[in-house]
Amino acid sequence: MDNKIIHESLIATGNTWFPSQASTFAASVDGMFNFIYYGSIIISLGILVATIYFIWKYRKSVHAKADNHENLTHNTWLELSWTIPPLILVMGIFVVSFKDYLHMAIAPQQATQIKVVGKKWFWAFEYPNGTKTLGELVVPVNTPIQLLMSSDDVLHSFYIPNFRVKRDVIPNRYTKLWFEPTKKGNYQIFCTEYCGDGHSDMLASIRVVSMPEYEKWLATQGSGGDDLPLDELGEKLYTSKACVTCHSIDGSAKVGPTWKGLFGAKRAFVDGSSAVADENYIKESILIPGKHVVVGYGPVMPAYQGLLSDREIDALIEYIKKVK
Amino acid sequence: MTDTASTTNYLNSTTGWRSWLFTLDHKRIGLMYLLFIAISFGLGGFFALALRLELINPGKLLFTAKQYNQMFTLHGAIMTFLFIIPSIPASLGNFILPLQLGAKDVAFPRLNLASLYIYVLGAIFCVYSMVAGAADTGWTFYTPYSSTTDTSVISMTMGAFILGFSSIFTGLNFIVTIHKLRPPGMTWFRLPLFVWSLYATAIIQVLATPVLGITIVLLVLERVLGVGIFDPALGGDPILFQHFFWFYSHPAVYIMILPAMGIMSEVVSAMASKKIFGYRLIALSSLAIAIISFLVWGHHLFVSGQSDYAAVIFSFLTYLVSIPSAIKIFNWVSTLYRGSIDLRAPFLYFAAFLFMFCVGGFTGVMLASLSLDVHLHDTYFVVAHFHYVMVGGTTIAFLSGLHYWWPKMIGKMYSEFWAFVAWLFIMVGFNMTFFTQFLLGSKGMPRRYYNYLDQFQPLHAFSTSGTWVLAIGFLIMAFYLIDSIMNGKPAPANPWGATTLEWQTDSPPITENFHDTPVVTTDPYEYGVAKS
Repeated sequence: MDNKIIHESLIATGNTWFPSQASTFAASVDGMFNFIYYGSIIISLGILVATIYFIWKYRKSVHAKADNHENLTHNTWLELSWTIPPLILVMGIFVVSFKDYLHMAIAPQQATQIKVVGKKWFWAFEYPNGTKTLGELVVPVNTPIQLLMSSDDVLHSFYIPNFRVKRDVIPNRYTKLWFEPTKKGNYQIFCTEYCGDGHSDMLASIRVVSMPEYEKWLATQGSGGDDLPLDELGEKLYTSKACVTCHSIDGSAKVGPTWKGLFGAKRAFVDGSSAVADENYIKESILIPGKHVVVGYGPVMPAYQGLLSDREIDALIEYIKKVK
Repeated sequence: MTDTASTTNYLNSTTGWRSWLFTLDHKRIGLMYLLFIAISFGLGGFFALALRLELINPGKLLFTAKQYNQMFTLHGAIMTFLFIIPSIPASLGNFILPLQLGAKDVAFPRLNLASLYIYVLGAIFCVYSMVAGAADTGWTFYTPYSSTTDTSVISMTMGAFILGFSSIFTGLNFIVTIHKLRPPGMTWFRLPLFVWSLYATAIIQVLATPVLGITIVLLVLERVLGVGIFDPALGGDPILFQHFFWFYSHPAVYIMILPAMGIMSEVVSAMASKKIFGYRLIALSSLAIAIISFLVWGHHLFVSGQSDYAAVIFSFLTYLVSIPSAIKIFNWVSTLYRGSIDLRAPFLYFAAFLFMFCVGGFTGVMLASLSLDVHLHDTYFVVAHFHYVMVGGTTIAFLSGLHYWWPKMIGKMYSEFWAFVAWLFIMVGFNMTFFTQFLLGSKGMPRRYYNYLDQFQPLHAFSTSGTWVLAIGFLIMAFYLIDSIMNGKPAPANPWGATTLEWQTDSPPITENFHDTPVVTTDPYEYGVAKS
């Protein structure tokens, strides 16, 4: 899988069952899991041991005649004993998880709000000062963050395993999700609501940094990459703006056409027309992708209008020129 | 020829394809259902093997992302609508219910045949969808993806719509049969527990299935006429679809598991030669499950953006429904105490069910926990959970019932040795495949992923290898069951020494089921009391 940013491994960190804990919710969620997990093991072992013991002790070859005495086929007190205590147990589980769930549902008032848009097949973020990023969410540690999320097309779901948070992202209404990161690092974001061909590549990362680093990052975003030559910036954007999800650079066909050998090639469109892929064509394809769709592909690319600066578009064009 | 098999029975009383195609005999209809369900299972299983093979490595092995998405949709839709919902009621239920009641047939034999025809028609729609650009929506058909994708959603959903009628007809038939065709002396609390479970199932089939039908019609209207119901682009609401869909599909989970519990009650009592422990509590817990099952659909929507207050109530009700299931497990284990346990194939599957249903149930307790579900929702943990319930529970119980009633249905005994070997393969293969997926899921692996992070690869590969072991088990079973039809020893009328009425007649039964209408004077599981 193409993934330039190194994330903390979900498998290698944490315990047998869970990835490492990186938000204030994680400990109580894992605690609930452990409670049910060990409780289940104890009860299951009880059932298993009793069953195996009965099978062995009363197997037909040694116990040819079953004992059908009246008190072996019905016993009200015994039946109540395995009805009432389990009921009390699950009600306890219900109450505790209900409290945790309400805690997850209601964000603290001072939470920093970041907007999230899910689109086939990338995540876009917008910060309070207007800074926009694609595919990477940067947040300060030990600070409550609230995400105000919406979708531009179908259902998506925003999931950070290390934080134990998830919420569906819906086209006709905002959904909210909040968390307070407790550990610096790079963590994986998944889309967990099936959304079509690129669903499993609709990934993003969340970078948790210290507050000063966050503030410095926010202030310098937008001018970021000014010091890079255009084609190098384009190469960076290819991953960070999620072009990589649908366009290969090695000639293989993904959801969209490959970039290899694209520049200068003749393109045939579904409406019957054709054109040579020059700078104007590529710019148009980025900003208004539905206008000329290449034969063999669907009109699925989202419009990047407003998501890229002019310099970033230039950079992508330079990079595409280089991919041969 | 032995003396039992030399007489005429329902299989040889009339011959020729017309005698099967136009039969009104519940036993022949049940047998034909069994054949179609087995074919569907084979087809769904084939897709499962193919998609697990694709997942052995991240990235592309054989299929594109779209083909993979179509395959998991077909696997889910075929297994749900063509296999597991009709599996026990329409095949074993159709065959056994009138026999257990001491009746000649179901109440409406023509309706019964109609339900089979409708099933086949629905299956044709699903197969057509497969060749005409298979749907890629997942078997849940969530909007607005299903309103906008260019694949054949309409033929697949119309297939499910038609299959719904088949299910409703069967349910209706069973309810009337149980009310009206009980023999003299068979009071409600003398009904075998399989009949109780089919009764509870039938209530859900009749009341919940129409909601799925209406939902599908609305979805088709939206796609064909552009009426905005679920698609926000047309002014609809996608969450509404999820409510409608799960209003049927959650009770449908109990259409799948309740008859399985009924089989387990029959098998444990017969194979232990022991009156079932706590008969009334088991019977009533089936009804309790059926009723509460209508009120828990929202637990599929904990992270969907439904009201948080609604989520709390749905979680509460979900915990309530766990209790009757737990009661049944304790009652089955108690039935073994001081019994005389016969370890042949039906019992092996009972033991497997007990273990795997516990795993499915306890992970269900985890998923019903509001805060924990937020992390586990839509990951492989959920995939593993429902396979433990639907395969480890329902399918294993179906196999138990199949081995238990096979001698009655076919009149032949199968090889106990090969049955044991197949059981071993299925147990090992199933747990390899799906226990691994609990680990994947709680570590964060989302479901319905074509591609995945490299770090998940070893677990995925192990899970995939489990499917091969599982497939070998099912192939062995297919061989020895087919072999038994031709070469099996003739079955005695009552090979397990069971007390319910179906064992009081020949194996296989005559077309009219019983030579004389049975008169019931005792409870269904009076072991130790001599029965004539």
